[in-house]
Amino acid sequence: MQPLLEARALVKDFAHIRAVDGVSFSVEPGAVMGFLGPNGAGKSTTMKMLTGFLRPTAGEAFIAGHSVEGAPIAAKRRLGYLPEGAPAYGDMTPLTFLTFTARARGLADVAGAVRRAVAATHLGSVAEQPIDTLSKGFKRRVGLAQAILHDPDVLVLDEPTDGLDPNQKHEVRSLIRDMAAAKAIIISTHILEEVDAVCTRAVIIDRGRIVADGTPASLRARSRYHNAVAVTVAANDAAAARAVMADVDDVAEVEVAQSGAAAVITALAKDGRPIIGALTGRLEDKGIKMMEIAVDPGRLDDVFRTLTTSEAGSDATQEAA
Amino acid sequence: MMFTGLSAVFRREFMSYFATPLAYVFIVIFLAFTGIFTFYVGGFFERGQADLAPFFSFLPWLYLILTPAVAMRLWAEERKSGSIELLLTLPISTTAAVVGKFLAAWAFTGIALMLTAPLWITVNMLGDPDNGVIAAGYVAGFIMAGAYLAIGACLSALTRNQVIAFVLTVMVAFLFTMSGLPVVLNFFSSWAPALVVEEIASFSFLTHFNAISKGVIDLRDLVFFVGMMAVWLFANVIVVDAKRDGA
Repeated sequence: MQPLLEARALVKDFAHIRAVDGVSFSVEPGAVMGFLGPNGAGKSTTMKMLTGFLRPTAGEAFIAGHSVEGAPIAAKRRLGYLPEGAPAYGDMTPLTFLTFTARARGLADVAGAVRRAVAATHLGSVAEQPIDTLSKGFKRRVGLAQAILHDPDVLVLDEPTDGLDPNQKHEVRSLIRDMAAAKAIIISTHILEEVDAVCTRAVIIDRGRIVADGTPASLRARSRYHNAVAVTVAANDAAAARAVMADVDDVAEVEVAQSGAAAVITALAKDGRPIIGALTGRLEDKGIKMMEIAVDPGRLDDVFRTLTTSEAGSDATQEAA
Repeated sequence: MMFTGLSAVFRREFMSYFATPLAYVFIVIFLAFTGIFTFYVGGFFERGQADLAPFFSFLPWLYLILTPAVAMRLWAEERKSGSIELLLTLPISTTAAVVGKFLAAWAFTGIALMLTAPLWITVNMLGDPDNGVIAAGYVAGFIMAGAYLAIGACLSALTRNQVIAFVLTVMVAFLFTMSGLPVVLNFFSSWAPALVVEEIASFSFLTHFNAISKGVIDLRDLVFFVGMMAVWLFANVIVVDAKRDGA
């Protein structure tokens, strides 16, 4: 399938800093790519190059087959973009602002497009108030409405849920999921739960380079908690249970957390191999009563930290590979 | 398509003057000062002549201060608020955005200038002026305002700070206004070749403006102002585009 959005070896230098250092990826229709990374990793800079706001130092971006530098007008026509911080013209109302955007895009049915975007982002109640006077959540939705106004093939959303309350986040995520089928969507975020909520793929970037690229599940499998088993037992069984669990094949390490009358003992699996079967069998043989058992699919925040914190990151990557 | 984007930018920009008190403050100050200059400082009644010479002789100085205030926000504000990122990722060319913004500012100052029409009416009621000369004066004023605004628009794109944009524009506009006067020319004539001094003098807004407003519409004077606008707007496009390299 022809990718709708493609980054080819994008590089961006600012004065003495290389902010983005050879970032490549492509996004097919139907995919929602989560773009993760610590602050300052180069997420926004990459997005600014994808959308044609910044000129890359090297490399090229393509939207629906159009080079962003070579054929900017054709490329931008297929693009919806929510910039970082959802800027807008503060003295305009959502209605006048969206009308301006629709006109500038040369849409045939300006009023219809504005009406649909207002409805999709639930802006009806504030449609005639100056944007400056709106809450952060509404401002973000104005930015989103502007991005989806022309039903673009490619959506680049820089932190679309930043500053929203949990209900609003949920709404925005369902909106993104609903639109995903025929579009290529990139969202940048540092909220890891968002990746599970909407993304079909996650790319992690650190100091301008991609350090991981895969489905959320495959990234999670790189966590040291992948397939870890947490068993809750009575506090007085804790020592015995710990000894049994540490002895099971493929158990790398055992952690104990005491909480009142119960204890949670977590066995980490060696290289993420499944250990639940062997482990529960042995505990039952020894007659230790398990109050609760949970298998950890792996923790994205754990993977995120190992991949993006300095030197430790590169070691862990090699181990996982 | 070029025109679609341009006209959308023009409409938005033009309306935005009236969305804030800026438009009204500007118009009130402009009209108050034209009144003061014409009637008190310019001695409209004392001169006993039916013309608008006092008004037109002060107009360049008024524009020197007021048009930079109209132009300063054109790009600096977009950069400050980040909305420039929206504007430049719309499917419109940088040229369309630059020209659309400039025309909005120009139309706005044009409206302010039209609101001085009561002066024209007054002088017609009091006497029998040469209306051709007055019309030429208005044309000269309008295209001179355009040249000032083009300078301001370009310099506004250099910074995110409107105050800096304003001060820079007043300085540059001042040099262009004054360049035909001894205060500037004496500085150069002591060391620069006569040809250079003449060249500098030929960039004077005042010289060209006075020529037209005396009723002599010379193509060279019109070309001068139109050329000024073209050059500064071209520079404006280059500045906006160069900023895409990141700064």
